[in-house]
Amino acid sequence: MKHIRSISEIGKAGVLAIVERAKQMSEINSRPVPKVPALRGKTVVSLFLEDSTRTRLSFETAAKRLSAETMNFSVSTSSVNKGESLRDTIETISDMGVDAFVVRHKSSGIPWQIEQWTDASIINAGDGAHQHPTQALVDCFTVSEAFGVDSFEGLTISIVGDIRHSRVARSNVEAFAMLGAKVIIVAPSTLLPPDVGHWPVTISNDIDDVIGTTDILYMLRLQSERMDQGLIPNLSEYGNRFGLSEKRVSQLPLNARIMHPGPMNRGVEMQVDPSHLSQSLIHRQVANGVSVRMAVLFTALTLNDDRDHAIQGLTKEAAQ
Amino acid sequence: MSVVFRGGNIVTNEGVVHADLVVQGGQISEIGSGLAAKEVVDISGLTVFPGFVDLHAHLREPGREDTETIETGSRAGAKGGYTAVIAMPNTNPAQDNVPTIEFVRLQGQRAGLLEVIPSGCITMGREGKALAPMAELAKVGVKLFTDDGSGVQDPLLMRRAMEYSKELNVVLGQHCEVSSLTQGAVMHECGCSSDLGVPGWPSIAEELMVHRDIELARLTGARIHFLHLSTAGSVKLVRQAKLDGLPVTAEVTPHHLSLTAELLRGFDATFKVNPPLRTISDIDALKAGVLDGTIDAIATDHAPHARRDKELPLDQAPPGMLGLETALGVTCAALDLDPLAIAQVMSVAPARIAGIADRQGNLPRVGVAANLCFVDLNATWMINPETMASKSTNTPFVGRQLRGKVVHTMFNGDLVVRDGEALK
Repeated sequence: MKHIRSISEIGKAGVLAIVERAKQMSEINSRPVPKVPALRGKTVVSLFLEDSTRTRLSFETAAKRLSAETMNFSVSTSSVNKGESLRDTIETISDMGVDAFVVRHKSSGIPWQIEQWTDASIINAGDGAHQHPTQALVDCFTVSEAFGVDSFEGLTISIVGDIRHSRVARSNVEAFAMLGAKVIIVAPSTLLPPDVGHWPVTISNDIDDVIGTTDILYMLRLQSERMDQGLIPNLSEYGNRFGLSEKRVSQLPLNARIMHPGPMNRGVEMQVDPSHLSQSLIHRQVANGVSVRMAVLFTALTLNDDRDHAIQGLTKEAAQ
Repeated sequence: MSVVFRGGNIVTNEGVVHADLVVQGGQISEIGSGLAAKEVVDISGLTVFPGFVDLHAHLREPGREDTETIETGSRAGAKGGYTAVIAMPNTNPAQDNVPTIEFVRLQGQRAGLLEVIPSGCITMGREGKALAPMAELAKVGVKLFTDDGSGVQDPLLMRRAMEYSKELNVVLGQHCEVSSLTQGAVMHECGCSSDLGVPGWPSIAEELMVHRDIELARLTGARIHFLHLSTAGSVKLVRQAKLDGLPVTAEVTPHHLSLTAELLRGFDATFKVNPPLRTISDIDALKAGVLDGTIDAIATDHAPHARRDKELPLDQAPPGMLGLETALGVTCAALDLDPLAIAQVMSVAPARIAGIADRQGNLPRVGVAANLCFVDLNATWMINPETMASKSTNTPFVGRQLRGKVVHTMFNGDLVVRDGEALK
């Protein structure tokens, strides 16, 4: 798979394969020296044209643990601020000889637009409100790990919050449904995208209707600018209607788990401190981020015919 | 100098006649059989139409001559069979003053490929705040006023513009879009825009303004022309307004008759346009509107853009697509129209709406100005952006089979396009 851009392009078999590969990577990460030569000689460029800390660090760590060279393109010091077009930026970096672009951009569709300007693999680290496939893969891996299952048949996952503006929601709805979960999206109508009757979800406007039957409560970040846009009256009303309070935690089924892609808005969607909650998988999501992104880079940067050879590299300790 | 076009099918008031046609002194001098003249052009198999009239083209001069000039736009129009083009006023400076209007007209005359007819702004700078000096512009021949690119948002200002336009006997062209409903819009609001995570132009943003202006026309009695209608709801509103006897007219573009929002799934900004490509049911309603006369005219909304601008992220790329060279081919591929109906929507009705029927949009007959185009209605063909006359290449029709090709175009008695090639 050359590009990792959206869950639908990756497909169910691809999602399962990456999750499976991430288990191997997780094993590598538990070694005293968590580094293997699997991508030695490959160059990975982080092209983050929108602020990000955890995703960028997670990708860079993943690339280094697989022994890839990394190049970091930062917006503030780059030629993009001097008016260079995205096309020129991509073509210039490509000319230096790179194997993969890890791209984050505030506009939907960038990973598809830049395909025509480079031969490198394109890894989508978040495009607008469109897709964030590696977050969804992390979350599938995390659910799989927590529940000890590969298939999500029988699991009910409720995604709560600003679905309309969330790339995480779009990727996760697809991925969770693909693996067999029943997915419920929960939000006020103003934060739901229009005309999504074709999405594989049930829609609810009331978290209290779904909380008692939810296996995984997936909370999304609510940005305060939604209030300025008139989508919600104010943050406290939103928090009261859709936030995770102590009371709501107590209404969750016994084995239910709580997830959040971060960063959290404490006091808004998270009215409880999740570090005190035994149900929280939030730290697992962050920890698994590196393993899953190692699996993603490995999948994109090793062609089928030389993958067996590269897989041997995974089983060896770093040669040093 | 006289020329005889021999053996064509001429679209006349009496129907399509197989005959020869002689042009002399810039006019049609004879129609009949066995005619002779100094120069002979064999047009057997071709259909003779009045030169097409485009109510809606962005020629980009002055201001963005890197994307189109009045000369290149005129050449594109001539190749598309047009002998008159209304130039939209969103130039820089905008066409809200006499010198700019005169400049655009003069550049058209210098190019000499078709008649370039400048439209005027309704409001100064198209800002929707203060009326442009419409009487002054009308005095130098402006007949159609529009703020195209944006609609006049303020209902009071629109009411005043309509009252004022009525006494000047000019027509207002409205770009119907309530802008507060379309902030940041990238494509039609639908399941597809939700999948892609982009804000949409909802149909109602267009329909609310169509409805408002129909009611203002009822109140003021002023003529209103609706630019590039794109939704089934708009067609329904205009149909009812016409039944009520109101002085409203409407146009549709070839792309709104043929392309849908689904094309945006590949994130190619070539397909980004305002109003946006919508759904199959909108296309069906628009086609029905053309067939029953609710929609009077086909207009291109020809909108050249530089490649570097169309390569911007989809949410930043400017909306608009080329249209002049493909309008007939796309329209005939989308809609089964007989030659008289083609003449009506491509030439006769737009000339009447634009107030230029004295010299354009007349079915061929002896004594009228020789503004003609000669079309092979059965030809199927494809557009090649590299060989287009336009200075830009943002056509959405690459790879699509078009039907009906313009072979020759005659402007004021001069052949300006022959065998598909511009002669100047």
